Amino acid sequence: MNLTLKIWRQPDAATTGSMHTYEVDDVSEDMSFLEMLDVLNEQLNAKGEEPIAFDSDCREGICGMCGLMINGEAHGPVTTTTCQLHMRSFTDGETITIEPWRSDAFPVVKDLVVDRGAFDRIIQQGGFISVNTGSAPEAHAVPVPRDDAMRAFNVATCIGCGACVAACPNGSASLFIGAKITHLGELPQGQPERDSRVVNMVAQHDHEGFGGCTNIGECAAACPKEIPLDVISQLNKDLRTAIRHGH
Amino acid sequence: MTDMPDTTLTSHPSHDSPLEVDTDDAVDYYTPGAPIGDTKAPDGPINERWQTRKFEARLVNPANRRKLSVIIVGTGLAGASAAATLGEAGYVVKSFCYQDSPRRAHSIAAQGGINAAKNYKEDGDSVHRLFYDTVKGGDYRSRESNVYRLAEVSTSIIDQCVAQGVPFAREYGGLLDNRSFGGVQVSRTFYARGQTGQQLLIGAYQALERQVAAGTVETFTRHEMLEVIVVDDGDTSRARGIIARDMVTGEIETHLADVVVLASGGYGNVFYLSTNAMGCNVTAAWRAHRKGAYMANPCYTQIHPTCIPVSGAHQSKLTLMSESLRNDGRMWVPRTKADCEKDPRSIAEEDRDYFLERIYPSFGNLVPRDIASRAAKNMCDEGRGVGPEVDGVRRGVYLDFADAIARLGKDGVEEKYDNLLDMYERITGENPYEVPMRIYPAVHYVMGGLWVDYDLQSSIPGLFVTGEANFSDHGANRLGASALMQGLADGYFVLPHTIRDYLADGPFEKVDEDHPAVLEARSAVEKRIEHFLTVNGTRSVDSYHRELGHIMWEYCGMERTEDGLKKAIDLIRTLRDDFNRNLKVLGTADSLNQSLEKAGRVADFIELGELMCIDALNRRESCGGHFRAESQTEDGEALRHDDQYAYVAAWEFAGGEAGTMGKPVLHKEHLVYTAIEMKQRSYK
Repeated sequence: MNLTLKIWRQPDAATTGSMHTYEVDDVSEDMSFLEMLDVLNEQLNAKGEEPIAFDSDCREGICGMCGLMINGEAHGPVTTTTCQLHMRSFTDGETITIEPWRSDAFPVVKDLVVDRGAFDRIIQQGGFISVNTGSAPEAHAVPVPRDDAMRAFNVATCIGCGACVAACPNGSASLFIGAKITHLGELPQGQPERDSRVVNMVAQHDHEGFGGCTNIGECAAACPKEIPLDVISQLNKDLRTAIRHGH
Repeated sequence: MTDMPDTTLTSHPSHDSPLEVDTDDAVDYYTPGAPIGDTKAPDGPINERWQTRKFEARLVNPANRRKLSVIIVGTGLAGASAAATLGEAGYVVKSFCYQDSPRRAHSIAAQGGINAAKNYKEDGDSVHRLFYDTVKGGDYRSRESNVYRLAEVSTSIIDQCVAQGVPFAREYGGLLDNRSFGGVQVSRTFYARGQTGQQLLIGAYQALERQVAAGTVETFTRHEMLEVIVVDDGDTSRARGIIARDMVTGEIETHLADVVVLASGGYGNVFYLSTNAMGCNVTAAWRAHRKGAYMANPCYTQIHPTCIPVSGAHQSKLTLMSESLRNDGRMWVPRTKADCEKDPRSIAEEDRDYFLERIYPSFGNLVPRDIASRAAKNMCDEGRGVGPEVDGVRRGVYLDFADAIARLGKDGVEEKYDNLLDMYERITGENPYEVPMRIYPAVHYVMGGLWVDYDLQSSIPGLFVTGEANFSDHGANRLGASALMQGLADGYFVLPHTIRDYLADGPFEKVDEDHPAVLEARSAVEKRIEHFLTVNGTRSVDSYHRELGHIMWEYCGMERTEDGLKKAIDLIRTLRDDFNRNLKVLGTADSLNQSLEKAGRVADFIELGELMCIDALNRRESCGGHFRAESQTEDGEALRHDDQYAYVAAWEFAGGEAGTMGKPVLHKEHLVYTAIEMKQRSYK
């Protein structure tokens, strides 16, 4: 198939960017979206035009490095990561717009690459269980009810890609935090720091410039790992509980 | 049906008898060097060696730790766990990764599980059995002291991860579940659905970020290590830092420390197509190799049997389907070529050849990876492969879940393998619950890596190497669910003990940024970057990488021959010359430039590719993932020659500056087993 691509190009964080139009021909439907961009980049390189910068690493949907706004949707029309989106989801002759994640808290580094360092800084404020190496008790000392372990796992599958933020009209990272709060809060090991964790992570979230949640739900709809919206209810509940406990 | 039916004993080389090689195919390509050996593992019974070493390793008191600095390159399981643990201990740690966050390192993609000798199933497992399985699985080409220690600390890893909140699969009673994996007959694999690597890495990443908040670890993301700084302080040359490039600003930075740890992963991307992430590379390890660190057994490559086949020339990577699928999925091809084009569902049971179950009745679909891969290749070479023809051959075999769905129900299969089967459907457009999956082997892991002693220290003092980047634990073939075990064993429980013995001599003499060794390293990096940007040729970096990968897969892949390897070396040398003269990299050095990043990595892959072929040429035996067509039994199984090749091949760089490899120097480490008898593997 032949496609027209409208792609955001921006040399660096300090320079204003703009949309550029490219034609790419002979795209196979078995290609992944990123492989289609590889083909375009090879063509640009041959013509002497600098290739388009975009992030990707594992290309199997688990590292969370890739992420593009495709026709205005985070990761495009299918519930998956950009690297797992395949060209069979598009039709011959289509025009596709490709932009970087939209969020003030994720500044553009170059072209389609953004800086998601804010997520790491949120995790630093409590997204962990404090246990030094070597001080752990025997693994079977504390049984965990299977349903709790399953829920913890299901939300721990968050890949930190940032699609939730990019999709949210408020630029909120509540789904990202809610997933971590719920993962650790479901487990007995996560209880001692439960209150301080939620308070500190939310404070960092606000400090980074992410917006507040107004229950729109775009985040959960865009999430490639299908993290459910109820983690935000859990987040709010844990936050209220922590405040009641005097935090 | 036991695990000990091996009958064909080969000669057991004694300590003193030198290994004499009958035919050395590589004689024109290398220079023989002095033997090498590990001097750090204590003597005595194997089960006491680690305890002894830990006790003998000198201590550093907490106040002094704050004066000692550690650089760790890579944030996968081995790097993140080491950074977190050394940070907790109070050292000053700098952690580097090329990704935008430490959480993205490729350990995250490991699917199936992590082994540990907990024996929760009471099915006869023990530290000794895990040790035995790992040595046997590695085809008796690993160092026994290291492997025993790995098995010994495996149980602590599970404790640590559970305490961190890693949500392993559990049974209804709330206790941990296990599954079985290839090459063993006990159930010792802990898992988190098909995302075990992700969950373990997130655990290590969170521990790392906790130390960032505590101020003991500083992270440098989007930074690529491009050179190691080795300083001669009068009596010893020591690794004292690295040169790294800030990939956003292009700035070349000098980072100095008392000790450097490489946890930079494996080099499977030398094959271009592999299950590795796009950015996985050999540069950190190769730059260290060029500075004097020996590269051990580089030809030992793991080709994983269950990956999604190549779909076309645009392919940028291959996707693994976890080995755990072989627990319930059955591999088969049609009995006759005539059926290969048919809809597999229309092929009657009696017309299917469940080839692994037929050839290896004891282990069936759970034979080790190297054996399953070669069997699948043989089926396709016979013309019984399935799927589209690529260059006239169908490169695919079926992995069928029909029986499992009948036994467990669709829900049961979904619960165990959901995300994997979804991923398959997304990539191929076929529903594996209805049509058998098509799979084919792909490069997945490398057992080779930088040579290290028992302390995980390389041949450069002060340069330690952990995880896939070192060669130490898996011999010539790694068992499933053992990479995660090794990465975390090294980072949480081994390195923190051994590195303190080295650091007990520190802090070392202060090195200034204008020290000649620092300036030399910086200047080498700057010159290389300038070279890539000024060749102004016509070919893209990717086109060279693809061509290199094709050469490696064709001649240094699942089956290797003397003629093929010699041809590959010629082709690689020609490719290197062209790369040096005709490369085209656009853009500038002082901004994010992904082509420039790739150029450096591909340049190093080209040199590594040549060394891999020389190593494969030297080893005229078949062992584990290394199959030399000249060395096989009558029924086509791998044939080792312990009397000649029971050694680790540790290569010393001997090349010149112009990018030529010269004749690398081969140092042999004789492998001696005291706690286990060397046998030919049998999984029949």
